[in-house]
Amino acid sequence: AAAMAMNADLRRERAAATFQPQLLTHILDGSAERTRRRKEIEALVLNDPEFQHEDLNFLSRSQRYEQAIRKSALMVMKLREYGIADPEEIFWFKSFVHRGRPEPLDLHLGMFLPTLLTQATPEQQDRFFMPAWNLEIIGTYAQTEMGHGTHLRGLETTATYDPATQEFILNSPTVTSIKWWPGGLGKTSNHAIVLAQLYTQGQCKGLHAFIVPIRQLGTHEPLPGITVGDIGPKFGYDEMDNGYLKMDNFRIPRENMLMKYAQVEPDGTYVKPLSDKLTYGTMVFVRSFIVGDSAQSLSRACTIAIRYSAVRHQSELKPGEPEPQILDYQTQQYKLFPLLATAYAFQFVGAYMKNTYRRISGDISDGDLSELPELHALTAGLKAFTSWTANAGIEQCRMACGGHGYSRCSGIPDIYVTFTPSCTYEGENTVMMLQTARFLVKSYTQVSSGQQVTGIVSYLNELPRQRIQPQHVAARSVTVRISDPASLVEAYKARAAWLVETAAKNLQAELNHRKSKEDAWNRTSVDLVRASEAHCHYVVVKLFTAKLSEITDAAVRAVLTELCLLYALYGISKNTGDFLQAGILTDAQITQVNQRVKELLAIIRPNAVALVDSFDFHDAHLGSVLGRYDGNVYENMFEWAKKSPLNKTEVHESFHKHLKPLQAKL
Amino acid sequence: SVNPDLASERRTASFSVEKLTVQLDGGAEQTRIRRAVVEAIESDPVFSRENQYFQSQNERYEAAVRKAVHLQTKMHEMRWTENGPELKYIYSRALAGDVAFLIHRVFMRCISLLGSDKQIAKWIPPATQYQLIGSYAQTELGHGTYLRGLETTAVFDITTQEFILNTPKISAMKWWPGDMGRSATHAVVFAQLYVHGQCYGVHPFILQIRSLQDHSLCPGITAGDIGPKMNFEHIDNGYLMLQNVRVPRENMLNKFCEVQPDGTYIKRGTEKINYFTMTTVRISLISDEVILPLMKACTIAIRYSAVRRQSKLKPGEEEAKILDYQTQQEKLLPQLAAAYAFHFINKYLQELLDTGYREIQTKNFDNLPELHAFSSGFKAMATQYCTSAVEICLRACGGHGYSLLSGLPSLYTKILASCIYEGENTILLLQTARFLIKCFSAAGAGQPVPPSVTYLSAVKAGKCPAKNKLDFLSPVIYTEAYQHAAVRLVSSTAAKLQDLIQSGVKKHEAWNQCSVQLAQAAKAHCHYLTVKNFAETVEKLETEAGIQKIMKHLCDLFALHGIFSNTGVFLHDGYISGAQMDMVTASYLDLLAVIRKDAVPLVDAFDFTDKSLNSALGSYDGQVYQRLYEWAQKSPTNTQTNPAYERYLKPLLHNTLSKL
Repeated sequence: AAAMAMNADLRRERAAATFQPQLLTHILDGSAERTRRRKEIEALVLNDPEFQHEDLNFLSRSQRYEQAIRKSALMVMKLREYGIADPEEIFWFKSFVHRGRPEPLDLHLGMFLPTLLTQATPEQQDRFFMPAWNLEIIGTYAQTEMGHGTHLRGLETTATYDPATQEFILNSPTVTSIKWWPGGLGKTSNHAIVLAQLYTQGQCKGLHAFIVPIRQLGTHEPLPGITVGDIGPKFGYDEMDNGYLKMDNFRIPRENMLMKYAQVEPDGTYVKPLSDKLTYGTMVFVRSFIVGDSAQSLSRACTIAIRYSAVRHQSELKPGEPEPQILDYQTQQYKLFPLLATAYAFQFVGAYMKNTYRRISGDISDGDLSELPELHALTAGLKAFTSWTANAGIEQCRMACGGHGYSRCSGIPDIYVTFTPSCTYEGENTVMMLQTARFLVKSYTQVSSGQQVTGIVSYLNELPRQRIQPQHVAARSVTVRISDPASLVEAYKARAAWLVETAAKNLQAELNHRKSKEDAWNRTSVDLVRASEAHCHYVVVKLFTAKLSEITDAAVRAVLTELCLLYALYGISKNTGDFLQAGILTDAQITQVNQRVKELLAIIRPNAVALVDSFDFHDAHLGSVLGRYDGNVYENMFEWAKKSPLNKTEVHESFHKHLKPLQAKL
Repeated sequence: SVNPDLASERRTASFSVEKLTVQLDGGAEQTRIRRAVVEAIESDPVFSRENQYFQSQNERYEAAVRKAVHLQTKMHEMRWTENGPELKYIYSRALAGDVAFLIHRVFMRCISLLGSDKQIAKWIPPATQYQLIGSYAQTELGHGTYLRGLETTAVFDITTQEFILNTPKISAMKWWPGDMGRSATHAVVFAQLYVHGQCYGVHPFILQIRSLQDHSLCPGITAGDIGPKMNFEHIDNGYLMLQNVRVPRENMLNKFCEVQPDGTYIKRGTEKINYFTMTTVRISLISDEVILPLMKACTIAIRYSAVRRQSKLKPGEEEAKILDYQTQQEKLLPQLAAAYAFHFINKYLQELLDTGYREIQTKNFDNLPELHAFSSGFKAMATQYCTSAVEICLRACGGHGYSLLSGLPSLYTKILASCIYEGENTILLLQTARFLIKCFSAAGAGQPVPPSVTYLSAVKAGKCPAKNKLDFLSPVIYTEAYQHAAVRLVSSTAAKLQDLIQSGVKKHEAWNQCSVQLAQAAKAHCHYLTVKNFAETVEKLETEAGIQKIMKHLCDLFALHGIFSNTGVFLHDGYISGAQMDMVTASYLDLLAVIRKDAVPLVDAFDFTDKSLNSALGSYDGQVYQRLYEWAQKSPTNTQTNPAYERYLKPLLHNTLSKL
């Protein structure tokens, strides 16, 4: 099957492209050199026989976990063998090994080790870091509990200091306080960094982190006082042993509290940390990473759906002619091309977030936290905005593949179930949107009290003075040219300003009804989320548009400009109400926008396959029979199905057990 | 004991939950029968779904076969019959479809509808006893909804009086039919009929695929399971490849057409009856496969949201129920309203179908096009709407919703298949649109049109008359707004089509260029009918026991949510002004707080047992965390040894021993 020629439809599509896909790949990777290096690392993994295994779709959960553990252990060895140390290169290596899936050492590598580095004292690093680096200690990060996730202050686990023995006594006082969900906790880890409410000298000092051994070294049995296990089957994450942890009067030495910042002295005296903003840094990093993940996941789904739509022929467009590629139907283009444009938009936003974080992380370690609040607000909202959009987009891609999209062989079900929890983890999306809204309302209040605001919210300064009055809200009039991305940025800006102002005024109105602050906030929260969404939407359009000017190759710039226009105009056509009600666009302009969207579909159509080729996903990484580069879909679906567990025997055992007795009567 | 947070929700219900349940069932007798059936099935351990989330594909399949076989005994024992009032509750409410041989039932229905009396007499009795098991092999690797494109061939061989069936290429392989991968001994196979070199289109043939002795594949047959899917692990969806498989002439289902011994092809009766069959199947699945899952998802998500407390609404107070957050209400309550809206319109459609069936018996086919268009569009709208509603419920449960033990992932992965089977939704919407465009131009030319589309001829300009936010709680006001939007979308699309054709664009090309708009117009039409029907249903409800009042709130919410989520459609052309849209928003948000108070009783009224919900988050007593913890401990990952430790972890961790 491997030697099959490329499907004729895909060959034609590729020959007809107006630009060179590899040039676009270089832009996505950052440079030609980064592309080369990425492919080099990819080859290291994919050509390594030790990383091969059966198709995971046919394995049980326990087998998938076992494969993942095997590969993770191997991966750590090989990374060191090859001397790969750059974080991005490690990330590439890992995602090729695990084909974009989570793995049981994720939290050890991504949270346990980094937390030791940033929050442990030098003495603690001596004790724990090297054993952990060598995988003699495998740790996880146990934060969420059954009863609490995003709202950290509500966590119930306690760590009570006992000065007599100089130990902390850890307890899970209620069912809801059982640690629940941490990856690698169920079966893999022998240590955990546990977040608990610290009690010393009879007072609660809030959440702190403790290093807690949970399993006996040597036997891997849970330690006395520790109840630990796997939380059971999930929608996805089959490879991951998300776990639970219950502690009953479990004692650890005083030195096991991570004490680089806050400390508990031997007599129980509590020493406060200097700043509580420090943990922001990690949150900002992880959330901006999710923005990039949204882009990647949606890009993969688009690759599969668009290639398959170029291969699949169905029904008739013109009477008497052969069945057309389904990609020629306007309704199919309308399902897929706006998502393709969105995938590109998010790719550029993800790159921007990464660069911004890199730029200011130096400032952070120097103690300059001035840029953090704005960045924090921006990443919270963008994390929610991009993950919600990608989540829905992946499903739409699957739906666009019809029945075959529903088979695991399409690969899209896996992309979806792996991606969808990012709407919840690292900050539940609605809560994230409301955090951004808080920043927007604060900025708006500053503007209305006569101060100027800076940065990404500076558009609020442009709200006319006289309008900062409790009266009906209408947007600043802008002349919108619908074929000019820069002009569309202005339209999105006006919409964001209008919705922020609307939400702020509604909040004020609730407060005027003598509602408590919290109550008023709650009663305005639907408006506030809308305002945040509009703000994020504006930021995405702005960043996409800004990217265009950096592109030197004329052919690539042309096709990206079309995608950028499609992204912006489609967003308008899906939210016409806002633009109409705010008076930014007229009925006639909206009709033009709708028309222009459909014209762009036809314009992008010839480049659709080349545009997904540019994402440059290797077939092994894509994991999809429908999305194969060579387009030989049907033959390979058959090959794939033959390996199904139900086909292991010609006659299934249930025939002998249940059916034969009935049919013997004949 | 019931969690006090749920108990308090139930104490303040504004209506009688039991009366609403009876209303939903269609009478107290129906409620009684339903409960008896559910009780009988659930108390039988063979039907238990307790371990479902922990089972492999092979185990799920075997359990499903076992249940199907046992169900026969059970039905006999309970004196339930295929025509009895119990039947509709057995498969959906009691078994939740978690049983094998569902396509076997389609196989039998197909023979009963398309077969001659002789064929029925030959095949149905043994099929009823499971002495043979059938599948319904229609879709192929390369073709689904577009049936004319099927590639399997059946060539009549006059010398032997047989049909020779073949799979001429890989894309012609039958793919997806349920019960076919492992179970079926027979199948109705749809193939292009060729006689004397002439193609007569797609016809159904009965053929045997596995031995009745040892279940091995018959000569010329390649068949198997198509591999893991998003759901339906218990069903062996299969593939089937045919190489010169011969069946006797009598095996073509021949109620409506026949190939005579000399090769003469004759047709009798009308194909319109087939249309009607398709329509019936399409609609019959909505209630069990679409509305019930949404009701379950709402039950789980709303009960959980009344138990889950997170963060504080007022400083110093205890943490608030997440159901008290406006954003959570805005996620869940519109889905609850939708469940009721679709329940009512589905009931209405069932009545239309019953009437249609009686008319067909008297050879009156006048209402078929309307029924067909309505059911296509409604199937597309209801499946799409309810699928995304279930997903909203899933995500509204945060992290715990992601656990299979919540029950939500399997509800979601199951309901979403409904968007594809029995007609891909986009194609169905375009079928409805074709009907609408036709009626619109007929109405324009002064010709009579079917009742559901007469509104298209009464195009009124004008503006929405609402003056304050309370006006938007008037069904007349919002129903007219929906009507106006539907008319505008249909008429503007018709005009666009006309323009394109007049400017020289070919008709089919013009159609493709307008297809996005056409689908939107069809959706607007169905949305309008659903709102209108909900409002009319509320009118007719009895006023006692507070039922009409709460249903009125839900109807308002369903309608206003649709406007709030599609403001542009209503603002375009100024039918609703910007100031009025602010009133819509205000009324809509006010309703959330009102319905919030009855949210738990409203899901209690769906009357699902804990076993049928099979959810750690949604059970009646609200003991969420305790149950989640207990169920997790039953997971094989906890009850069986960890092979990965010995093989892979131990060598890694081994070094430590020497050092510590």
